[in-house]
Amino acid sequence: MITKETVQYVADLARLSFDETSIEKFTKDMEQIIGFADKLGELDTEGVNPTAHSVPVYNVFREDEVKESFPRNEILKNAPEKDSEYFVVPKVVE
Amino acid sequence: MNYETVIGLEVHAELNTKTKIYCSCANEFGAEPNTKCCPICSGMPGVLPSLNEKVVESCVKAGLAMNCEITEYSKQDRKNYFYPDLPKAYQISQFDLPLCHDGYVDIYVNGETKRIGITRIHIEEDAGKLIHGLDGKESFADYNRCGVPLIEIVTEPDFRSPEEAHVFLETLRNILLFIGVSDCKMQEGSLRCDVNVSVRPEGQKKLGTRSEMKNVGTFKGAVKAMEFERDRQIAILEQGGTIQQETRRWDDAKGESVLLRSKEDAHDYRYFPEPDIMPIHIQAETVEEIRKTIPELPNEKFKRYMDEYGLSEYDASLIAFHIYFAEFFEKCIQEGGNPKAISNWCLGDISKILKQKEQEADAIPFAPKALVELTKLVEADKISNTSAKKVLDRMFETDKSPETLVEEMGLLQISDNSFLEGIVDEVMAENPDTPAQYKNGKTNVLGFLVGQVMKKSKGKANPQMVNPMIKERLEK
Repeated sequence: MITKETVQYVADLARLSFDETSIEKFTKDMEQIIGFADKLGELDTEGVNPTAHSVPVYNVFREDEVKESFPRNEILKNAPEKDSEYFVVPKVVE
Repeated sequence: MNYETVIGLEVHAELNTKTKIYCSCANEFGAEPNTKCCPICSGMPGVLPSLNEKVVESCVKAGLAMNCEITEYSKQDRKNYFYPDLPKAYQISQFDLPLCHDGYVDIYVNGETKRIGITRIHIEEDAGKLIHGLDGKESFADYNRCGVPLIEIVTEPDFRSPEEAHVFLETLRNILLFIGVSDCKMQEGSLRCDVNVSVRPEGQKKLGTRSEMKNVGTFKGAVKAMEFERDRQIAILEQGGTIQQETRRWDDAKGESVLLRSKEDAHDYRYFPEPDIMPIHIQAETVEEIRKTIPELPNEKFKRYMDEYGLSEYDASLIAFHIYFAEFFEKCIQEGGNPKAISNWCLGDISKILKQKEQEADAIPFAPKALVELTKLVEADKISNTSAKKVLDRMFETDKSPETLVEEMGLLQISDNSFLEGIVDEVMAENPDTPAQYKNGKTNVLGFLVGQVMKKSKGKANPQMVNPMIKERLEK
């Protein structure tokens, strides 16, 4: 059973904020989505190894060779706030 | 009441690969801000990370050096949290299937060997660096360090004192240096640790509630942090209070830990399998190939120095567990040095000088061969031990060979028989009463006369030759 509190908690984790009406709507939506996913639990998976990926591909590696990085102005280009060297962000001290 | 301290460590070591973990940007410390970045490591949408093969290899190598089991099928997971040093808002790490698990490291502490369990070692990416502005409103983000490969080494709560944890950190640093996977430069932050501390009344089986301390950047800081936390917890219990499970931040400048967050605000990281990175399958042959690249480790050197070279347990431990000394020592032996003599010089005067300079043995400016030459000069009675110490001091300042220095400083010991006889006769003539005194039991005149000869020869006479000469004249 999904409660309003659960929706609020998930929203907080994702840094999202909703009004009361939306939260009620999302509570119902989420209940449905989780219920849908729960259907998978009906499958008999006895003796089947857990898997994280659906295709049996392993070890997609890259060689340890340096390639040129991007010019700094290109990297900083899309930042909402920046100076000539840094991304500028609101001060957060944990 | 007496309390027992229980400590566990989580150590992050930056790997010294050429490139970052998921992109081909250079893994380089100290570059201009944001110049070692690309869309992958700066967290742009729509990019595809690809895992650096060398990172997997280095982690397995570290695991083998710490006697771990290597996980055959391993994967990466996504750890979600918001913080501006992490532009993707998630860190790619490993959750339930770390590359290495269930190992151990033997440490040598207070004359005894103690086995410390290694719970796991996994790979993950480092975050960027934040510089906080002075106006208190803004921070400046440099993403050069974003995506630098890390291994996280988690120990069992096997330490019973800050000292044990300190010895472990030193040993671990030397293992990582020996196998060459990390530079372990504390001042560059390439080795950092989180410390878990709890206390319990002596004899109690159940572990006390622990607190975790973050942000410990130096070994000295780690020891201070552990001592502070131990004392803080004991004080609370003594006053009848209870310890709260919490995360604290160590402030090295102030020498105290401050509350960061309590259990209620603990992060919910919502780990899930990283969809962008395919799982890792490590075959037994690969493990064996990597195992072959592991050089002799501190513990093996420790035993060999005792068995093969006859060093004492204490001396062997001081050299074997310090990579730069071990390397220097072994090169000296290869150059024909006498292990005992080399070890004495290393742990004696060389250590003293390095300590004054606050340096490690990799800063020894002369070649191992030069130290061997110096010891040979002493062995051959060409210079006295005292003179050799003076030569050593100079060897730290100039690249001249010991022989040249001995000559320049006029320290060559006089072992010329007839020359010495001459001085001895002179001294005897100046002290005609001494033979009678000697025969009457005043044997200390022998030392006095040897001293006179040394003085006349300006310290260059070989005392081992002078001694019997005088004795002979006294007993005549």
